[in-house]
Amino acid sequence: MRGDGVLRLDDLMIEQDGFRLTADWTLAAGTRAALIGPSGAGKSTLLAVIAGFLAPTRGRVLWDGRDLAGTPPGARPLSILFQDQNLFPHLTLTQNVGLGLRPDLRLAAGDQARVAAALDRVGLAGLGARRPAEVSGGQAGRAALARVLLRARPLLLLDEPFAALGPALKSEMLDLVAEVATATQATVLMVTHDPADARRLAGVTVLVADGAAAAPVPTAALLDDPPPALRAYLGPKDNPAR
Amino acid sequence: MVIAPLGAVALRAGGLSLSAADLSTLRFTLVQATLSAALSVGLAVPLARALARRRFPGRGFLVTLLGAPFLLPVIVAVMGLLAVFGRSGALNQGLAAAGLPGLSIYGLHGVVLAHVFLNLPLAARMVLQGWQAIPAERFRLSEALSFTPADTFRHVERPMLREILPGAAATVFAICLTSFAVALVLGGGPRATTLELAIYQAVRFDADLGHAAGLALVQAGLGGAAALAAWRLAPPAMFGAGLDRPVPVAAAGGWRRIADGLAIGVAALFLLVPLGAVVLAGLPGLTALPASVWAAALRSILVALTSTALVSVLTLVLVQRVARAGDGWLNLAATLPLATSGLVLGTGLFILLRPLAPPSMLALPVTIGVNALLTLPFAFRLLLPQARALEADHGRLADSLGMAGVSRLRLLTLPRLARPIGFAAGLTAALSMGDLGVIALFAGEAGATLPLVVQRLMAAYRTEAAAGAALLLVMLSLGLFWAFDAGGRRASA
Repeated sequence: MRGDGVLRLDDLMIEQDGFRLTADWTLAAGTRAALIGPSGAGKSTLLAVIAGFLAPTRGRVLWDGRDLAGTPPGARPLSILFQDQNLFPHLTLTQNVGLGLRPDLRLAAGDQARVAAALDRVGLAGLGARRPAEVSGGQAGRAALARVLLRARPLLLLDEPFAALGPALKSEMLDLVAEVATATQATVLMVTHDPADARRLAGVTVLVADGAAAAPVPTAALLDDPPPALRAYLGPKDNPAR
Repeated sequence: MVIAPLGAVALRAGGLSLSAADLSTLRFTLVQATLSAALSVGLAVPLARALARRRFPGRGFLVTLLGAPFLLPVIVAVMGLLAVFGRSGALNQGLAAAGLPGLSIYGLHGVVLAHVFLNLPLAARMVLQGWQAIPAERFRLSEALSFTPADTFRHVERPMLREILPGAAATVFAICLTSFAVALVLGGGPRATTLELAIYQAVRFDADLGHAAGLALVQAGLGGAAALAAWRLAPPAMFGAGLDRPVPVAAAGGWRRIADGLAIGVAALFLLVPLGAVVLAGLPGLTALPASVWAAALRSILVALTSTALVSVLTLVLVQRVARAGDGWLNLAATLPLATSGLVLGTGLFILLRPLAPPSMLALPVTIGVNALLTLPFAFRLLLPQARALEADHGRLADSLGMAGVSRLRLLTLPRLARPIGFAAGLTAALSMGDLGVIALFAGEAGATLPLVVQRLMAAYRTEAAAGAALLLVMLSLGLFWAFDAGGRRASA
């Protein structure tokens, strides 16, 4: 599964009652890309198509030249974190993380040790027996990232999983994402509505607006001199030209 | 499963020719169902309003009690009513003591009385739900505008009732249309026979399968229309929990207070006295039950548990499919049995299976199958919203982790749905335990289930044994319901 790790969206078109989004670009292996744009533009929908929850109307999602159409979400070379519900509320943190190793949770002793090590690494040592409701939002995010770490898939999709956290905690989580991505050598595609997040994590940024997901461009350059669509979205506050 | 028996019925019926007796049966069926629906719903409104706007000790208990008649074996409910309103019941003894002429419970008014007893609580719960669905702001607004109770009724409550009542009435009508056990005991004769009863008599006594099939076809047509109406008109959740949530309805004073007290008091008496009578009458007989009763009880438990297992598995599979893939023909298939009745399906199966084996040998398997089919729609409707919510909340996460098949069932579906599964299984078990319908068609002298034995003991005037067996039946039905429901609660994560 781990080839070069190139994600290609080939002439992709997504249509959903009145809504349309096109994308046609390639993301090099190991790139960290932010998806930014107004709400309703289709950032999450694009991730859902890449993850395999939705079929595109036209075009293909290719991984190392292989068409992913027909591959179910769990079998694709990726992990995804949603806006919420990243943990099963009735399972402990250990079980939630263990699902990353075996979806049937039949964990051998060695697997158990790996789960414990992953929890340790994200700073949750000793909390494995708790359930999601018994830990803070930040700790729940860490547990989800521990599972990403264990799954070690070459592509990581993040659909604003930390939007509900405060600024300091969010920065902390983004650093942890970067750490996990480095450890697993993963390509990262992260939805955000905050340009600061894009700057913090990402080398490149994809602008999703006006029915198209534009080809990725270097984040700093894009935000320093935003095109009209992005400028309209960012507003005067983040507009450096002011 | 539904279509095959219906097909057999249609083929065997071979041309409809209803005699004058059949027409009067049809008329009686429609009249009693209409009266029962009108009375149940009409009486449900004051009761539900009183429950919605009054707080009193025992209110929660009364609301829970309103759920009981749905689980109560019909034959037991009839017995309780006989103990109060019957020839030697409390009411007639009181009348006789006062030198007044007695009342007879048999015939149209007896059938309607029993149907109101069984369905008034259901209707009251539906209407109460309507009251509680009215946003609190509406009532606050009415108070802010200093509405009189009559104004509030006109602008707030009447629009709700207009939405709820047709569905409630159609539901009760559909249930009464397929009434068998009530008519078997309290009806009968040329002037008080329902279609279901006529089907039974045609099969059992006249051995006239063509005639039975013709009647079954009429019944299926009527039942289909009524079920469709109920389905479209009725609000989705009929057994919703949480009905003891307080409602900010202004508790009007004056005569309305007295009227509400009266409505609650009379309803409580109407429900509790017959139930109490069953317990009181049954207790002495419980210690000296004939051996046949115990054997029948064992058979009934077997029937109930097997059909519950069948329904649980079928419902889970169907619900999962529908929740994941959206509506479609599966949804229809799961609701189709509502259009039929035990006797219609039973007649169809009787025609289909009679060449293969003697009916008495098939009694239990057929009863299990028909019970499972008839309770499937209820279980399906109970589980579907929860399964949909589960899919919406956690479906994508499970997909993205590759959880499928048995793992998904074991780690996600069962732990998250244990509560509604337990409730639905309890409902299925209790309904199946208490069902007196298709078994009456098939069972021979031996091989009867407990409800059938109760009915036979009653028909043989062995009152004490019948009362004891009825009490045993109630305890088993409610016990099974409680066990499954509690099991589901305990297993739920």
